[in-house]
Amino acid sequence: MGIVIPMAVVTGFWALVGILGPFVVRRGPNQGIIRTMIVMTAVCCWAFWILVYLHQLNPLIGPQIPVKTIRWLGEKWGNTNN
Amino acid sequence: MSSSPDDTTPGIFRSEEVCLSQLFLQSEAAYTSVAELGELGLVQFRDLNPDTSSFQRKFVSEVRRCDEMERKLRFLEREIKKDQIPMLDTGENPDAPQPREMIDLEATFEKLENELREVNQNEETLKKNFSELTELKHILRKTQTFFEEIHRRDGPGSVRASASTSATDREPLIHVDDEAHAPGELFRQIFGYDRRTTNEHRQSGGGDSMQGGGGPDDVIVADPAAESETMELTGPAAGHGHAGMFANFGFVAGVIQRERIPAFERLLWRACRGNVFLRHSEIDDVLNDTATGEPINKSVFIIFFQGDQLKTKVKKICEGFRATLYPCPDTPSERREMSIGVMTRIEDLKTVLGQTQDHRHRVLVAAAKNVRMWLTKVRKIKSIYHTLNLFNIDVTQKCLIAECWCPVDALDRIRMALKRGTYNKLEEESGSTVPSILNRMDTTEAPPTYNKSNKYTVGFQNIVDAYGIATYREINPAIYTMISFPFLFAVMFGDMGHGTIMLLAALFLILREKQLEAARIRDEIFQMFFGGRYVIFLMGAFSIYTGFLYNDIFSKSLNIFGSAWANSLLPNETQPFFDKGLLEVPLMLVPEKAYVTSPYPIGVDPVWNLAEANKLSFLNSMKMKSSVILGIGQMTFGLILSYHNYKYFHSDLDVKFMFIPQMLFMACIFIYLCLQIIVKWLAYSATAGVVFGYEYPGSNCAPSLLIGLINMFMMKSRDAGFVGADGKVSWGCSNNLWYPGQSFFETVFVLIALACIPVMLFAKPYFMWKAEKERQAGNGHMQLGTAETVLVIVAVVQIPIMLFVKPFFVWRRDKAAAATRESVRADMNGGDSEAEVVHHEPKTNGGGGHGHGDGPLLKDGDGTEAKKLDMADVMVYQAIHTIEFALGCISHTASYLRLWALSLAHAQLSDVLWTMVFRAAFRSDGYIGAISTYLLFFAFFFLSVFILVLMEGLSAFLHALRLHWVEFQSKFYGGHGYVFAPFSFEKILEAEREAEEA
Repeated sequence: MGIVIPMAVVTGFWALVGILGPFVVRRGPNQGIIRTMIVMTAVCCWAFWILVYLHQLNPLIGPQIPVKTIRWLGEKWGNTNN
Repeated sequence: MSSSPDDTTPGIFRSEEVCLSQLFLQSEAAYTSVAELGELGLVQFRDLNPDTSSFQRKFVSEVRRCDEMERKLRFLEREIKKDQIPMLDTGENPDAPQPREMIDLEATFEKLENELREVNQNEETLKKNFSELTELKHILRKTQTFFEEIHRRDGPGSVRASASTSATDREPLIHVDDEAHAPGELFRQIFGYDRRTTNEHRQSGGGDSMQGGGGPDDVIVADPAAESETMELTGPAAGHGHAGMFANFGFVAGVIQRERIPAFERLLWRACRGNVFLRHSEIDDVLNDTATGEPINKSVFIIFFQGDQLKTKVKKICEGFRATLYPCPDTPSERREMSIGVMTRIEDLKTVLGQTQDHRHRVLVAAAKNVRMWLTKVRKIKSIYHTLNLFNIDVTQKCLIAECWCPVDALDRIRMALKRGTYNKLEEESGSTVPSILNRMDTTEAPPTYNKSNKYTVGFQNIVDAYGIATYREINPAIYTMISFPFLFAVMFGDMGHGTIMLLAALFLILREKQLEAARIRDEIFQMFFGGRYVIFLMGAFSIYTGFLYNDIFSKSLNIFGSAWANSLLPNETQPFFDKGLLEVPLMLVPEKAYVTSPYPIGVDPVWNLAEANKLSFLNSMKMKSSVILGIGQMTFGLILSYHNYKYFHSDLDVKFMFIPQMLFMACIFIYLCLQIIVKWLAYSATAGVVFGYEYPGSNCAPSLLIGLINMFMMKSRDAGFVGADGKVSWGCSNNLWYPGQSFFETVFVLIALACIPVMLFAKPYFMWKAEKERQAGNGHMQLGTAETVLVIVAVVQIPIMLFVKPFFVWRRDKAAAATRESVRADMNGGDSEAEVVHHEPKTNGGGGHGHGDGPLLKDGDGTEAKKLDMADVMVYQAIHTIEFALGCISHTASYLRLWALSLAHAQLSDVLWTMVFRAAFRSDGYIGAISTYLLFFAFFFLSVFILVLMEGLSAFLHALRLHWVEFQSKFYGGHGYVFAPFSFEKILEAEREAEEA
């Protein structure tokens, strides 16, 4: 999976929520509040996702895993060296 | 509508516009008008007679009458509850009755109360009679059995005794006379079968009983033959008037509480030296106490004695023990007659009592249908008169003048309500009356803050209001808190499992909302959770989302998208460990080889859950950076809100000299830090390469931002790049400058930030002082103003340059020692202690008295109203505010690290709970494994819910609360307002009801 696809999908999803969501809200006394809530939700959720994503983008350290788990990992998740 | 352009913005972000209005009400229509306004509930009346005591007001007698009616209704209600008659409470809302209906109501209640009191009184008397008669009945019956028993003992002789001829009795009497030495002995022998009780006397009385004529000793020696002989005496012994020594041998009979019997018996024995004889028997029926109606156990007793002296003594003792004495005829026939008489009277009484109770029941049932409605009506009347008492009475006595705060939006509805009030009145009475007049007034007084809320938003509004009511028309943070609060909570509480538990609990409260509300559970803790059900719901939902990103579900991870990591070690690298049996030795999967170019798409890679050795250092770094970025984001957002506040209040001074320098300060230090974090994420990886023109040897040289920040402040000179001129990686390369021109930019940023401080400190007070001076001079030289502004800004910027530039260059020349880890710690600690100071600071703001509101006030040029500018006051306020902001930015940024700390604590606790409690269950197989899984699951679940969801949830809640109150709201929130408390029947009735239930 490349970087572009998840980036585009998740960002697109929250952008959709944040930008189109407010237009879906029906007219009424609470319209303004619901719109604000939708936009804030989209911003907060996207921000947290991108923070977690960016932190893993270029890992500076690798996981230290017990030997037996590494062997299990090799069997289940594959090896990169062959 | 007013011409202000800000009115076009939707009203949700600020409190409602409220205006002061004057009401002129015709005195005839005042009552109905106020009633209509009470139904509307949108008007807050002001007390126009604050100096008049509540006893001197106009409608005091009406209020008193209402109080009296309420008292009567409460009495009725109590009586209804006592009879357990269901009260009809349809929750309907009757209109406030007309004043003249009050008299009808009063008459009704008076009648009802009197009737009820009379019935109660009658009932009480009847019941008393009844219980007395019942007791008498029991006495007669029991004494009868005493005597009859005695006769039966005598065998055939009893027939003789019942014939009651004194002549036949004479002989054995003499016989006894020979043997009995003391009267006590005589009685004992008469009732010889009562040996048990006398023995008890001997045992309990000890030495006393020996003095008491030595009777008990004889009991033991007394043989059955002697007893049967004495039995013959009993018939005549029961009465007076017999010849010989029984001429003054009497008895009293009565009823006493059962528990008092032993003490009564002992006292009688001691006081009369054993010369009386007590016989008692329990009444099997449970009688009711006449006064309290409680069930009570009683006993019948009969005491025999000799002589008047003893009689008075016995009677006194009986009185002391609250025993009731009843006349008991001497002869069996008289007793029988009396018994029959008593029975008929009891029957009669029963009928009468039944009728009385029926009547009472009917009255109460009839009242129960209306009592709640009446109570509502009376409370409405009372609140109307209370309100009318706040009004001013016109000199002509024709109309009442009221002043009130009302939302501008609702003015039309208020006018309609007034019209209804007047019209209703006119309809009934002919005669032309002037309609009520509502007049908008101008005022300099700050109106109350009225934030509309519904059941979804009220929880968040309460969170904000708990800190302080917003200043009038200030931005209401509750709107933003609605999402940011649950979100920050969830950053600390991120776990899908715990979030789901929380969500389900809230969902239960929400779906059962109607039933739970109707149940009116008064428990305080339940009320707290129930009131915050929508808050909890959102907190749970966001926790699930953040838990998904943390990839945590009860401390376990999901591998949905496939990990970005794989094994990079060759079998021959791992085999030696297996050969030696070192299965737990951790080996690092190096990112260059084991990491597959793109990260796990959503959330933390599941591989980190397996990395027990260094999972924390990875997660800590991530959480710390996210906390700082989220925190600075929120604080910047708060600053932007402060801009909108200043703009709304047309306070250019605040925009120019508060918002701009604050924003610059924030941007130069903290937003710069955030950018650094993001750039580091993007640019630096584990692989070597060239970054920003510098050769980057590998992950050990990735720039250290925290130390970089400190070095930025200390303006320490550092090497540029990671590799020295000789091609070697320089020592401490992570502290080196990492992009071209970094030193210059950082210097500029620090200088700008420092320059902002004097601007924040002096500029606003200076301009206020100047404006004041111009006002006093009468006319301002505006063209001079601009020039002056420029000069002042230049001068003010000079100060930090003078202060710091030379030292900086001096400093730059000599190489100072490298910054150490300790200095970082010291700074962090310093930051935290600041947070405490700042936390208390907002309270002192009120004392300062010069809030944001002063800007517009002076600018409005309301010369007569504006307070005289107190320079010292302004300076102190400004100094506090500046120091608070400048230090606050640092300490608040550090404070946001609690997001990291709490999420770390939560993740660790849930990890510990899993490994220590639940994992043990999987270690054993077979039946034992199944049973232990079953049992340990309960322990695990119980601890999960109570410690991780409830306790940790509470702690995360409090921390999120603090972050909003202190870190977020301190940036823009004044909180000097007071709440809009309209006159509303709904609120008054609800408050009364709550007081009733409390």
